Amino acid sequence: MQTLARLLTIDRRWIFLFIGLAVLVPFLTGLKFLQGTPTPATLAVFNYIDQLPPGSVVAIGFDYGPAGMPEMHPMAMAIIRQCFQRHLRVVALTIHPQGPLMAEAAFNRVRGDYKAKYGQDYVNLGFKPGGQAVILGIGSGIRNVYPTDMRGTPLSALPVMRGVRTYDDIAILIDLATGNAPGAWIAFGHQRFKVKMAIGITAVMATDFYVYYQTGQLVGILNGMRGAAEYENLVKHPDVGVLGMSSQSVAHLVIIVFVLLGNIGYFASRAHRRKQGGMA
Amino acid sequence: MRTSRPPRDFRRSPRHSWLWHTPMPTSDTLTTLTSPQMIGLWLQAVLTFAILSFLIKDNAFYKFAEHIFVGVSAGYGVVLVWHEAVLPIMLYRIFPQLSAEQGALPDYWVIVPIVLGLMMISRFVPKLAWMSRWPMAFVVGYAAGSSIPSVVQANILQQIQGTIKPLVYYRPCVLVESPGAIDLSWVATSTVLNSLLLIVGVVCTLSYFYFSLEHKRMLGVTSRIGIWFLMAAFGAGFGNTVMARISLLIGRVQFLLYDWWQHGVIGLFR
Repeated sequence: MQTLARLLTIDRRWIFLFIGLAVLVPFLTGLKFLQGTPTPATLAVFNYIDQLPPGSVVAIGFDYGPAGMPEMHPMAMAIIRQCFQRHLRVVALTIHPQGPLMAEAAFNRVRGDYKAKYGQDYVNLGFKPGGQAVILGIGSGIRNVYPTDMRGTPLSALPVMRGVRTYDDIAILIDLATGNAPGAWIAFGHQRFKVKMAIGITAVMATDFYVYYQTGQLVGILNGMRGAAEYENLVKHPDVGVLGMSSQSVAHLVIIVFVLLGNIGYFASRAHRRKQGGMA
Repeated sequence: MRTSRPPRDFRRSPRHSWLWHTPMPTSDTLTTLTSPQMIGLWLQAVLTFAILSFLIKDNAFYKFAEHIFVGVSAGYGVVLVWHEAVLPIMLYRIFPQLSAEQGALPDYWVIVPIVLGLMMISRFVPKLAWMSRWPMAFVVGYAAGSSIPSVVQANILQQIQGTIKPLVYYRPCVLVESPGAIDLSWVATSTVLNSLLLIVGVVCTLSYFYFSLEHKRMLGVTSRIGIWFLMAAFGAGFGNTVMARISLLIGRVQFLLYDWWQHGVIGLFR
């Protein structure tokens, strides 16, 4: 009993080491884990985009920075991939200061596979400060908020922006975010201007935003790396998201083992204390 | 010899699928690295190790990386606001001749928000601090006026509407056998059970936060059930948090393996 009670005093660095190994091993060994059925929330986003007629406009809000890349970037690339496969126009915009760089990186990674051209198939409008004011401003005219794209080209000179004036011309707005941006997009973009919306968020935010999906305010939700992996599978291009999910699974198993050990240690130490109390 | 199975078409059949063999992803842009790219790659790796060294013990390397992060973030923010707000929204509108745009006319209306902005800064001078109340009142008024209708709609009215679910489903009249009867199919029954669970969860959780009466008798029972629902919500939140944090580590491991090790280390010593 005393030996089991010692489980409570394990140095936390051992836990870090095991988690580190759990993440590393699948990458080094190619260990594969069963991928479950795509969740309805992910499938809904995929199906919605899949039924859009060619030429429709998909706006992607790149509201994340480098810190959110592991979860958000695979989602962004998978969505862009689907849009290019379906010949949809992609408009990137952001209210996050580091968002334009994320959009550039995602487009650069995918565009070559589909020979997509800047200005014709996609555009990066860049960052505008103001958050709520930007979202409301797009409702009265996207050119009022973004007179030019990120490179300084007037929107009227870009074929991809032809006929795109307000939210009415956007088939769906997908906000990929690590902060509170989706809340603002839902409240001001969806509620005020009725634009169809989906979001891709970090797993830590998921429980806060499922209520918007459940109440029909969102078409769907991509939840963290799992959502990204599901989407990669749906667009038939497994990439870093799918690869990362094996590590995720092993790490979760290790955490469960440590939680069990911690509980065993707790009950063992309680029993040990009681026994000592009884003897005294 | 066993051949690999072709990927399943999810659009036709959204079922289980084994993880297909995926080739090691590589950053296409880093196959031939220039010297600045190589330096950048090593800098990223060194800073990653410096931050991760905190797991062993707080140390000087961690502090160094942390300070660099704070400094770079602040610097980036200042430069971005200068180029995205101060120049195009303030300076170029009053003095369009400074911008590259030809033939633009000055827009003197922007002087009003500029003055309001300067009044906000007056807080730093105690004698003039009263001036900051005007722009503050403007900001609060604008934010409240524009937010309240939309936020109430999204976060309260729609959420209430979401909890109002039917508890009985009737069979559609197009069915030949007993049209209009109560639908007892598995789908309808499970939907009703879900709705019941939702209603019980909402009512019991709300009752836990009702403090005008002592939590005894009926209110004691419902608030107790509410605690269980809250615990389930916290558990889901914790599980998602773990997944998010592990994802961050996975991101760093992917960088170290596929970018730094592959191009920065092997590429350098090849």
